Amino acid sequence: MDERFARILARVPAYASEMRRLEDILLTNLVMVAEIPSPTFGERRRVEWVLDRLSQYRLERCSTDEGGNALGILPGRTGERNILLVAHLDTPVDDNLDHTVMLQPGSVSGVGLADNSLGVAALVTLPLALNALGVELESNLILMGSTRALGRGDLAGTRFFLNNTDLQIDSGLCLEGVRLGRLSYASIGMLRGIISYRLPDEYDWTRFGAGGAIVSMNDIITRILEIPLPRRPRTAIVFSSIEGGGPGSKVPTHAELQIEVRSDSGDIVEDLHRRISNIAHEVASLAGAEAEFEVIARRRPGGLEFSHPLPERARDILTALELPPRISPSTAELSAFVDRGIPAIRLGLTSSEDLDEAHERLDIEPIAVGMAQVVGLLEAIDQGCCDHE
Amino acid sequence: MSKTNGWLNSNTFHHAEFRDLQRLVDEKERLGLTISLCIPTLNEEATIGKEVVVFRSELQQRYPLLDEIAVIDSGSSDRTLEIAAAFGADTYLASEILPHLEPKRGKGENLWKAIYQLRGDIIVYIDADIKNIHPRFVYGLVAPLVYRPEVKYVKAFYDRPLAAGGGVRPTGGGRVTEILIRPLFSLFFPELSLIIQPLSGEYAVRREVLEAIPFPIGYGVETSHLLDVYTRWGLEAFAQTDLDQRVHFNQPTLSLGRMSFAIMQTFLSRAESLGVVGGLPELNRVLRQFQAREDEYEAVEFAFTEDERPPMIEVAEYRTKRSTSNG
Repeated sequence: MDERFARILARVPAYASEMRRLEDILLTNLVMVAEIPSPTFGERRRVEWVLDRLSQYRLERCSTDEGGNALGILPGRTGERNILLVAHLDTPVDDNLDHTVMLQPGSVSGVGLADNSLGVAALVTLPLALNALGVELESNLILMGSTRALGRGDLAGTRFFLNNTDLQIDSGLCLEGVRLGRLSYASIGMLRGIISYRLPDEYDWTRFGAGGAIVSMNDIITRILEIPLPRRPRTAIVFSSIEGGGPGSKVPTHAELQIEVRSDSGDIVEDLHRRISNIAHEVASLAGAEAEFEVIARRRPGGLEFSHPLPERARDILTALELPPRISPSTAELSAFVDRGIPAIRLGLTSSEDLDEAHERLDIEPIAVGMAQVVGLLEAIDQGCCDHE
Repeated sequence: MSKTNGWLNSNTFHHAEFRDLQRLVDEKERLGLTISLCIPTLNEEATIGKEVVVFRSELQQRYPLLDEIAVIDSGSSDRTLEIAAAFGADTYLASEILPHLEPKRGKGENLWKAIYQLRGDIIVYIDADIKNIHPRFVYGLVAPLVYRPEVKYVKAFYDRPLAAGGGVRPTGGGRVTEILIRPLFSLFFPELSLIIQPLSGEYAVRREVLEAIPFPIGYGVETSHLLDVYTRWGLEAFAQTDLDQRVHFNQPTLSLGRMSFAIMQTFLSRAESLGVVGGLPELNRVLRQFQAREDEYEAVEFAFTEDERPPMIEVAEYRTKRSTSNG
């Protein structure tokens, strides 16, 4: 093993102890950011908060880009490399939900903590962590709170930055609240879309089989479930949500189904896209209705090999922290890096007992270990320990 | 410029004016001031943990503005004190401070006993039920006392008027403020109607003022403070700071009725002793409210006598403690 990396591995467990001293500051950042509602396309207040925080911590060039992302730079000693650290600012919860955070000994609960208020809190606390640990990087560290990552946002913030920055980004780290120990360095192919089914206003209800939009949407689902899926490459179809009808006894004229296709093969994703679209149109045409399959997000499969030094070093660091690494593919921020061929990895920060959307509860104690993992991996990247031979 | 506009312009602040915390800490240290935070509680386990963590990390660890953070509890049946202590606050039961005194239960009792227990030259009181807690709730109130020696009492308010004269949008005093307190102040103490949220539970006060005024133990404490400080030190002793939005749990109307009843008692009692109103009959101390039960209206009666603690300076143990600590 590289001597430089062996030294990093030896000191990472001590980082975890040191990080516990910063626990109050990290929790403060978590409470403050988590209580700011931040639905996708509505992240402005969180952007302001992140910029305020990064400025207080004396980062340079704290600003937003035209993609709405919040950015700050911690300049390295030589600045020969640029490492981008990203946490997405949007949460998958309505802004009218109660965002109050409850802090108890050992745990913190509230909405949107795992996805991704804790990632944002860790991002803005990192400059203090590096300072407390006496870690000075050679590389420039670019911290970015990204906008429009989820759902219809389709990673627009991160994509915008990577497509438009004049900095050459050498590596990326994506921070997510959960789960500590989980590593993602490859993106699966994914297509997320909404099937809309609508009966025209002048619809003839006397025609044979007229049953309304919900019945027809049920037919569409049944037909999609009949599509044979291969075991290899791994492929799945996920029905995410369904909406239709309204109050009273009126026959529904409109229904919507959100659906996600995932596969290790990009060709299979495209094939399923075509088949599902055909099914929707066929069922609609039989009933004299209209159907549309609108694609709201896409991911191309790709990423790093298991044997690439970046995931390998990440696994070693987790092992040094006595955490078994768990590998899982990602459809999140990582995909934006994959698309541009930039080595990147996604890290989780803590464990969770309850991930119910309306009341998440995260464990506080492992967060220090999660932060130690981030600092260790940053050092490894910075010192060239994760470069491909 | 009228006196009222002059006071509004010179003594009304926005918390953002004080965001340079290092400068504030430097000035505090130059003046040799000590500052204590008191959080009065009764069953606040849902919010107390984060309040303590936020204030401790931002206003003690990063910027040493606060010399102590104390939770003074009325006897919670939940884990309020345990959680507050776990996150690093000093915790006290109000009944264990000056324990030989007959115990009284109410927020005012906790605030009054904080004067004895805490050591700060300035005490800042923050309610424990704030949902969107932020360090500004403390530094926004403390800063006018640090920078302006003539200011003695700083109140919070939470909705910023667009201008200090005409053409303003309605500001966010609570329902009791707008329906009861503001009309009363306008009738009898017009200058006090300049205080935008007279009932807000967040304020910072110099010890020399706190120890010299009596404390109603219940809902009347804020009203009483305003009247006593005003009559003794005048409007110039006050300042107020806009803390932007404060999110908290709304109280039902019947509770506000009981609150108003207690405040009226305090107000009338003070107004009479100041000679502002005279010839009051003996006041009835029972409030009758109604609640519907199926097709019937049921009368519910609440007996309230707003009890009061004397100025702390009149308590012998306090004088002894202060003379010892000062000597």
